[in-house]
Amino acid sequence: MTTTTGPTKVTGAVGAAHTRVEGRDKVTGAARYAGEIPFADLAHGWLVLSTIARGRVTSVEAEPVLAMPGVLTVLHHGNAPRVDVDYQGLLGSPDPVVGVFQHDRVPFAGWPVALVVAETSEQAREAAESLVVHYDQEPHDIAFSAAHPGSYTPEADGMRTQKGDLEAQLAASTHVVDAEYTTPEEHHSPMEPHAATARWDGGRLDVVDSNQGSSWVADELSKVFSLDPGSVRVRSEHVGGAFGSKGLRVHQVLAAMAATVLDRPVRVVLTRRQMFSLVGYRSPTTQRVRLGAEPDGRLRALDHQGLSLSSTIHEFIEPSAGFGRPMYDADAHHTHTRVVRLDVPTPTWMRAPGEAPGSFALECALDELAEKCGVDPIALRLRNEPEVGPVSGLPFSSRNLSGCFEEGARRFGWAERDPRPRVRREGRWLIGTGMAAATFPVLVGPATAGVTAEADGTFTVRIAAADVGTGARTALTLIAADALEVAPERIRVRVADSDFGFAMIAGGSMGTRSWGWAVTAAARELRDKLVPGGDIPAEGITAKADTGALLGTLAQKERHSYGAQFAEVAVDVASGEVRVRRMLGIFAAGRIINPLTARSQLTGGMIWGLSMALHEEAVRDQATGAPVGPDLAGYHVAAHADVPHIEADWVDDPDPDDPVGIKGIGEIGIVGAAAAIANAVWHATGVRHRNLPIRPDRVIEDRATEAGGSGA
Amino acid sequence: MRDFGYQRAHDVPGAVALLGADPDARYLGGGTNLVDLMKTGVERPALLVDVRELPLDGIESTDDGGLRVGATVTNSDLAAHPEVRRRYPALAEAVLAGASGQLRNMATVGGNLLQRTRCGYFTDLSKPCNKRTPGSGCSAVEGEHHNHAILGATAHCVAIHPSDMGVALTAFDAVVTYETVDGPGQSPLAEFYLPVGETPHLETALPPGALITGVTLPPAPVAARSRYRKVRERASYAFAIGSIAGALDVRDGVVREVRVAFGAVASRPWRAREAERVLTGGPATAEAFAAAADAELAAAEPLADNAYKVTLTRNLVVALLTELTEEAAR
Repeated sequence: MTTTTGPTKVTGAVGAAHTRVEGRDKVTGAARYAGEIPFADLAHGWLVLSTIARGRVTSVEAEPVLAMPGVLTVLHHGNAPRVDVDYQGLLGSPDPVVGVFQHDRVPFAGWPVALVVAETSEQAREAAESLVVHYDQEPHDIAFSAAHPGSYTPEADGMRTQKGDLEAQLAASTHVVDAEYTTPEEHHSPMEPHAATARWDGGRLDVVDSNQGSSWVADELSKVFSLDPGSVRVRSEHVGGAFGSKGLRVHQVLAAMAATVLDRPVRVVLTRRQMFSLVGYRSPTTQRVRLGAEPDGRLRALDHQGLSLSSTIHEFIEPSAGFGRPMYDADAHHTHTRVVRLDVPTPTWMRAPGEAPGSFALECALDELAEKCGVDPIALRLRNEPEVGPVSGLPFSSRNLSGCFEEGARRFGWAERDPRPRVRREGRWLIGTGMAAATFPVLVGPATAGVTAEADGTFTVRIAAADVGTGARTALTLIAADALEVAPERIRVRVADSDFGFAMIAGGSMGTRSWGWAVTAAARELRDKLVPGGDIPAEGITAKADTGALLGTLAQKERHSYGAQFAEVAVDVASGEVRVRRMLGIFAAGRIINPLTARSQLTGGMIWGLSMALHEEAVRDQATGAPVGPDLAGYHVAAHADVPHIEADWVDDPDPDDPVGIKGIGEIGIVGAAAAIANAVWHATGVRHRNLPIRPDRVIEDRATEAGGSGA
Repeated sequence: MRDFGYQRAHDVPGAVALLGADPDARYLGGGTNLVDLMKTGVERPALLVDVRELPLDGIESTDDGGLRVGATVTNSDLAAHPEVRRRYPALAEAVLAGASGQLRNMATVGGNLLQRTRCGYFTDLSKPCNKRTPGSGCSAVEGEHHNHAILGATAHCVAIHPSDMGVALTAFDAVVTYETVDGPGQSPLAEFYLPVGETPHLETALPPGALITGVTLPPAPVAARSRYRKVRERASYAFAIGSIAGALDVRDGVVREVRVAFGAVASRPWRAREAERVLTGGPATAEAFAAAADAELAAAEPLADNAYKVTLTRNLVVALLTELTEEAAR
């Protein structure tokens, strides 16, 4: 049959709303997730976690459990095969927790101490819950605070930036803000729990998983088990949310370890409660912000200090202090990130790591400064817009923050705002509005993609991208359609198979940009190969592209996306209830590929920001060092009734150096959202809330009813 | 998985006989709490006796003008019943303030009264809890307790009762009726929940093996003007951190009759009898409401992190009774 890229050129797929190409499969249940794909002869592993926060395992009483129905093996530090975690992966050295059962040390509560494998999941669970483990317990320290004597500045790059004489500029400032902000431990807890099935297939380790990067996880697994990179295959076709938590985790290692020991397929699924100890989380932060300004609000001094925690076994840094580096100019501009190591699990990347908590502190501090200067919060920010990177001195690739302010202010009705706090009341509710700015880095990573012109006139794209629920598969369909100049219906995109070659992960808001670049390049190669009117053989004609070398030539610039967040809240100070009434986010985040899923992703981020502002908080029990109520009944996220009229939109902002104009939208939606709400709560009540979440017990005012009257 | 027996009962004597006095057997209503607790291992019944099909799903007026609610009436049906909404509106509001639509369609009146605390230590087998494992200690007293009791607690347990429905029922002097192998019995809701003392694992006055058959609401004209307010940490689908059921009869600015009960402050719904006593016959003013709340809350013994509940409960008394007073004036 004769196929070309078409006698009629079809473009315009990018930028037009398109429902998810796999949407029907998902809503009808036809899409299978990692924990439910059937395998013959499948065995099931169930984890046993430590109940102490520090010490050693002295014995694992496996014998009685091995006699229980269906139990095949009990893996623990006394019998587990050796694995290697002393390696450098794509994103550095792994969290040593993935080196399961390699020693008897217990560094935190919820540390894996055994895996019970049985014929059925129920048998494995029953046995796992019966397993007696003895410990030699040692005193633990899980108390995170700004005053902790063990805090230090990590040796990693970019922990500290210093421009100008901070103390001198503060002293010369007319207005000074000096405030401490805190954010609590927060968890991603994606709807689909972590699950993996591993089996040996013709000498290859075959893993069906739920992750953010199949080639990434395959590479890490090959290193952990000292295997040839080509002998590990990882697939992850559908993913029910990831948010930074789905890289190499213990479940894939355990499944592979048990499959090796038993020589049959083994599945390991984490429970919701286990996820609270084993898949990472966002570190709590304490942050100190000092701002010094001229009477008109021009910044003389900006100092942002952020402290986060990590485990005793691995250094993970939540770089909250870095948020302001590309944002605001100041004569003296200092940022400093510190960390303290405690007997807790290692935190990890969670949607907008650094920027989410950092924007809460700095954007609230700017609101406090605006109040002191008597300057409108938007005008204050515009007054401190930098010409070049305030710390780096590099030019911006593009920067349309002012466009976000302008469009946002217009649509939100900001111009009519009375800046005075606590002057609007509707019945028992005090009403206030607030805003904050947002930014997130624009990153890109290498990827390989293949595009095949099929004999039937369709095209197949193969790339180890990950569709973690964002609609990446659909976005790549649209990008490929435009690159090939055909209708999206003729494109079939296959993702999340490490055999497709390396591709950057779905992380750092760089998935679609990295993959779109490779798909565009491969499509271009293919079009060069195709002879107009020529025949396509049965196996099709394939072209591949690898963007690795190309990306190295990108000029050094300040590359970021931007946003302006607006919120209106109602606060009842007699009950402490805060209700968000409406939110508006306007973003400058590059070219938008699919407005339908993009809007969903941005409002999803904003809702998470709302949740961060008002609800989310994981509590650790000081006595045991373990989380209290580690499930979605105990860890509150915003419910549907909490989510108000919420709108996300964007201003034109294509990235000039990207072939498709993409910047990335995965994380910017959450950035600044909590600050906008906190600033609105101040505007409603006159009280600054510098500790998240803004819980009723923090808002409630004594004798409020007599002072404030009543009424519904 | 752990095996357990399951039997479906078709009549009340049959249900009671099936359960016998087996301490390891449980009646199964909607299962919205019991099944969760079985999944986490907090409850490990050897036998479930399903009582959903018993003929206890009616709501009827009693001869004296009260209301009798069967034990298997679902929360949804209770809240929607016209006589409940007309005569005891706070009860309907309380039920609707709880859980979610799906859960209310399953949850029953009997089960609601017997639901267990949501204290994060009670539901976590890896941590000590006197209510779950007598004598193991209370983790909450020195631990996470920002939503724990300020009234009637002891060093042995500071957990709160989670029911919204029970708060309204307590305000209206509801009486729990039950059946045992030795015949029927009843217990006023005010005495139904046992004091915490040193035995927090003993929660109700029900004899062993007893099956709740219903709840009787005595006639209470004051209840026709009643309300329920619930405060929680998100807008829906969360347990209360403070709640109040109130009913008020005001004439010429004087309180003729008043009912007040608090939720989320104690191991049981808390009838504020001292507040009612202080208010009755006095002026219906915000100052009087505040003074009455202070009188009731004088007994409060907040822990390190839950003193806000004293303020919250007090503010709720003032806000709710003020609303009811303003309504009466219209």
